[in-house]
Amino acid sequence: MQEAHPSLPEFDYIKPKTLAEASQFLADHAGKARPLLGGTDIFVRMRDGVWKDKYLVDVKGLNGTNEIAFDPTKGLTIGAAMTMNQVSAHPDVKEHYAVLADAVDKVASYQLRSRATTVGNICNASPAGDTIGACILLGGVLNVHGVDGVRQEPLSSFFKGPGSTALKPGDVVTSLELPLPPKGMLGKYLKLGRNKSSDLSIIGVTVVGFPDESAASGYRMKLVLASVAPVPLVVDKVEEILSTKPIAEESIAEAAQAAMDTCAPIDDVRASARYRKIMVRNLSQKALTEIWNELGR
Amino acid sequence: MAYHKITLTVNGETEQIDVPSNMTLLKMLRERLGKTGTKNGCSAGECGACTVMINGEPVNSCMILAVECDGLEIVTVEGLADNGALAPVQEAIMESGGIQCGFCTPGVLIASQALLNRNPNPSEDQIREALVGNLCRCTGYVRIIEAVQEAAQMQ
Repeated sequence: MQEAHPSLPEFDYIKPKTLAEASQFLADHAGKARPLLGGTDIFVRMRDGVWKDKYLVDVKGLNGTNEIAFDPTKGLTIGAAMTMNQVSAHPDVKEHYAVLADAVDKVASYQLRSRATTVGNICNASPAGDTIGACILLGGVLNVHGVDGVRQEPLSSFFKGPGSTALKPGDVVTSLELPLPPKGMLGKYLKLGRNKSSDLSIIGVTVVGFPDESAASGYRMKLVLASVAPVPLVVDKVEEILSTKPIAEESIAEAAQAAMDTCAPIDDVRASARYRKIMVRNLSQKALTEIWNELGR
Repeated sequence: MAYHKITLTVNGETEQIDVPSNMTLLKMLRERLGKTGTKNGCSAGECGACTVMINGEPVNSCMILAVECDGLEIVTVEGLADNGALAPVQEAIMESGGIQCGFCTPGVLIASQALLNRNPNPSEDQIREALVGNLCRCTGYVRIIEAVQEAAQMQ
């Protein structure tokens, strides 16, 4: 019988003093070692016996992981160790990247978010990751320290499958960079769970919109879906429809239908594929309409 | 498995402990320090029964390793009272009947106190949001929420 309270399996906790040391250790123990940030996913999977790592390498506190910095000419840098609560409470995040704060606040509970990190949410690459859509639409790029030095990984090409990313053994993500958002950008994250808060998403819809003179409609709207594909799903058709056709009830309905037609969700314990598809259309329509209303049509 | 010597403060008292790598803060509190007020519910960061304050912020103690708490300040439910005088939130939850079986209560008290520390006059929505991570199967939450509102008045 399964234990009611399985203990964590045995592993060694490693706290390297430098990024070089961390990357070397992780590369030398590929397949047996994992970087540790908040641990809120790692501990669950280790208790369940899904992950069997022999080493957890604590990369919190290493160079560049421990601050949130905003440069009005470049944008925002979120250190990998910054918790979701620290991100959502940060005045520059609230002012310039409100869609990220909105998404962060819909993850699990306050006390979980006081450990969980945004960078960890990204690296975990769950199709249900609540904050990933916002980070993609905000043009996020990860700073990565590996055994061969530092490099950048744009989120647009980062996700390869559930739990699978462009990261290699030895890679430590030190921070997430978000460029300055376009002027007048608004955004929101609508999450459908089995209850109003704290649950994993059945589906998640992240939308941003902003005035754009280069678009025939005068606006650019973008949409990403969670929990309906192996990776976060950017629906390019939404942007195409709403930048070329005048934005109105009909074009928004067409864009929402395109989101529904593009996604290919699965049946699982949280919901059926059919329900997911219908709710993708409904919540896409709701999110796009709300953003459109707020943009001041 | 590696052991680590850590020094931390629990309810104002400094403790030096040798902990194995895989020991959670929850297990250390209960099994090494005898602070059994903190409960083990789900071991998955969902029920909130194990909530303690770390440097003033509520944290699921099943979701953090003891070794990660080196140098930190922990407050458990045993540390809410001041010299035997219960905190307002403790008085209020008794008065309102926000307790039945009591298993969730330590986590509810810590999460509520942490909320009142960062927002002394929360709205009902803010209280509900702050307690999303504390599951109670007995009370239906109404009396817990009333207790936090009452405690805000008392403070």
